[in-house]
Amino acid sequence: MSASLLSTDVLIIGGGLAGERCAIEAAAAGHDVLILSIVPPRRSHSCAAQGGMQASLGNCVMGAGDNTALHFLDTVRGSDWGADQEVAQMFVEDAPIAVRELAHFGVPWTRVRGGRNRYFIKGKRVELDELPENDGLLMHRDFGGTAKWRTCYAAAGTGHAALYAVDGEVVRLGITVKDRTEAVALIHDGGRCWGAVVRCLRTGKYFSVVAKATVIATGGYGRIYGQYTTNATINEGTGAAIALATGVVPLGNMEAVQFHPTALSPSGILITEGCRGDGAYLLDKNLHRFMVDLEPEKQELASRDVVSRHMVQCMRDGNGVETPFGPHLWLDLRHLGEEHLRTKLREVVEICRDFVGLEPTRDLIPVHPTQHYSMGGIRVNKDGQAYGMAGLFAAGEASCWDMHGFNRLGGNSLAETIVAGRIVGQSVAKHAAAASLDVSTSHVFATQRLAAERAREWFSRSGSGPSVYAIRDAMAETMLEKVGIFRNGDDLEQAVAELTRLLGDCDKAVLRSKAPGMNPELTFALRLKGMLRLATVTAMGALARSESRGAHWRTDYPLRDDANWLNRTLVRWADDASEPEFSYEPVGLIDLPPGHRGYGSDERIGMETPIEEYNRGVADAQAANGRLETSEPVGSRVSWGDWKAHQ
Amino acid sequence: MTSHDSATRRLRFEIFRFNPEDPDSVPHMQCFELDEAPYMSLYIALNEIREQQDPSLQFDFACRSAFCGSCGMLVNGRPALGCRTLTSDLPDLIRLHPLPVFKLIGDLSVDTGSWFREMVEKTEAWVHAGKAFDANAQEERMSDDLAQAIYESDRCIECGCCVAACGVANVNPEFSGPAGLNRIARFMMDPRDSRDDADWFEVVSTQDGVFGCLGMMACHDVCPKELPLLEVYAYLRRKALTTGLLPARRQVSKSE
Repeated sequence: MSASLLSTDVLIIGGGLAGERCAIEAAAAGHDVLILSIVPPRRSHSCAAQGGMQASLGNCVMGAGDNTALHFLDTVRGSDWGADQEVAQMFVEDAPIAVRELAHFGVPWTRVRGGRNRYFIKGKRVELDELPENDGLLMHRDFGGTAKWRTCYAAAGTGHAALYAVDGEVVRLGITVKDRTEAVALIHDGGRCWGAVVRCLRTGKYFSVVAKATVIATGGYGRIYGQYTTNATINEGTGAAIALATGVVPLGNMEAVQFHPTALSPSGILITEGCRGDGAYLLDKNLHRFMVDLEPEKQELASRDVVSRHMVQCMRDGNGVETPFGPHLWLDLRHLGEEHLRTKLREVVEICRDFVGLEPTRDLIPVHPTQHYSMGGIRVNKDGQAYGMAGLFAAGEASCWDMHGFNRLGGNSLAETIVAGRIVGQSVAKHAAAASLDVSTSHVFATQRLAAERAREWFSRSGSGPSVYAIRDAMAETMLEKVGIFRNGDDLEQAVAELTRLLGDCDKAVLRSKAPGMNPELTFALRLKGMLRLATVTAMGALARSESRGAHWRTDYPLRDDANWLNRTLVRWADDASEPEFSYEPVGLIDLPPGHRGYGSDERIGMETPIEEYNRGVADAQAANGRLETSEPVGSRVSWGDWKAHQ
Repeated sequence: MTSHDSATRRLRFEIFRFNPEDPDSVPHMQCFELDEAPYMSLYIALNEIREQQDPSLQFDFACRSAFCGSCGMLVNGRPALGCRTLTSDLPDLIRLHPLPVFKLIGDLSVDTGSWFREMVEKTEAWVHAGKAFDANAQEERMSDDLAQAIYESDRCIECGCCVAACGVANVNPEFSGPAGLNRIARFMMDPRDSRDDADWFEVVSTQDGVFGCLGMMACHDVCPKELPLLEVYAYLRRKALTTGLLPARRQVSKSE
């Protein structure tokens, strides 16, 4: 990397599906776009998404009668009413267009086969006739927490197929991608973002990119749970961390962490929900289908937070299979048959064969719940613009947009990447068209010097301080043990104390290698403080929230509390501040009133404020929390009461 | 199970080391020893070596589940994905080298990203739709059998194992390589792509295309996704013959 200062109209940080789809939108509008990616874009974690994308096309018999209102109902109920319902409506309306656009880009979606088909539904083999007139349209599979079969898929490699198609468009449009680069600081003046300082992961050298609009699309931060995650090694929250470091941009709902029910034991590799969608069973050590007793209606296909809790409880009750790596349960795919497994779930067959030497047509698969998805992230308004920082946007898992609230439905995140890429991409393009690039170069270089100084500071340390990897492992154990699926006040207090201590240790840690170049140990060390800060605000947010909602489950406050906690946690933490600052805003306008999700517990503390009054305060309260003006007023996209005919 | 279990193997690793960013670095092999653990993959082993023995060791892993294609390397001389290679399938001595053909970044890390971006540009590996996307229209139909056939080729994860194993790609940098040829076939069979056989003929029917292949088929043997590359080349050759040679022969016989 020879030039130390580059300029572009639009800077996209992150080359996964959300970032690349956003880039396409901005480039199509005529802007110069530059993508930064820690890995070559096709190696982004989007590629590992297996199951599919929810879009209410209703093409197959079990999806017949589906529509956006039903998708909206499922999404809000899945979120345990934590979602912004206007954003959820924007999402469900665009999702059908987004998946069809992917077909246009070349995704080989699995298609409807007209005539007799065999399925497994709630433990029974059924034969159903798909309409001949729907032959060749996009097929759907069942997923957790949905009223209809709605998830469009390409075998069990949907993320891979989508990412390659979208990246093909990026190349077609001639968009510049700088792979093996990491944005390490945002260039900003406290209210306006001008791009980012970047570290090259080939050479270790620093450079800066100035831009009229900057988009963070760096995905989730599951690696704050160390190895106890399905996430890739690159999901270390680099984007969320540099946004948090501004002290101006808040992160939303960091305590909302999803655990996926079926990670392969012991490696933690994801086994798609598509397995259960296609009829697989969860069995305890006695080969009993315990989910049928616990959730008679949805069985294995309740939402992920509910299924994961039942699984952990089942293992705590002594019904797990004990191993030296901890207990697990079984996923049973055997009855689905070889033909189905080798076509629609072939990636699952490969994973089981490659990593544990098992053959799902014959063997039971050992699974346990593991950290999977970050509902929280950079808080943005409905245009995707970050709170408090003009010119900064976020999309996909890195953002808190916020259509997932406290629990995301399977099939809604991959769909979000494309829908948000389209919608946020348009607002980015509009912003870039109106903005000018009058940034002081001395300010840019000062930010760059400060970032480079951090690397020098690490190299200057000597002595026998702790290793960065030991600190990471301690963080992971704390997060798993004390900020996991079942939480309580005592554990969370200990977690906050422990993480605070680790943050102190981070300042004393010493590198074992001073190798020049990218230096993998230094590369990780530079991320470690940001990861610890993300972990700390996750634990503090969880400690403060004295209720149970979606994936945030407090054994000492087991009820959802709509009287006091129908809100979104926001947290700001400037780089030089000793402690984070928390505030709360309304979840957004409420169209569907809080109620029972249709699975899990039906007990809750009801709302005391009338909905009309709650809704009247939303726009002002969010503006007071930093929400920037949206292109259309808050509420303009709500189709009030559309869901009523479908409840 | 403890590390002193009598059944535990002591593994010996010989790993290629070279850091081009370090003027003092010279290419050499470095030895490490490690106790084997159950289900130990090269992902687990290499991270353990880096974190406990030599933190300067460079290698690439991302998804660690054989989806992202980051971790191609030579394992005892054979290209493979590190994440899905279990030490239990290997002898006590494990020799690791970076993949050839690709530019070295450091130690086991190579620049596959630039190679594949160039391949995608050269073969224009995207659907040439021929018309704009209509947001209001129902999706175009496709039979599920055809979708499955396209998906079969689309599964390539661009790890570079086939390219590294290919005798031709090792000596001819212009050769499309197995992954490139597979990509061409994938778009050739896609009815949404408007390029016709004559357009493809220019790309495929040269010594840098399918006729550069000498048929040694190491690519087919090492592909971690088990892509049917043998059938892919047969398909491409058949297409090239029917669009290129057969019409030409008909012309020759006509002029006679």
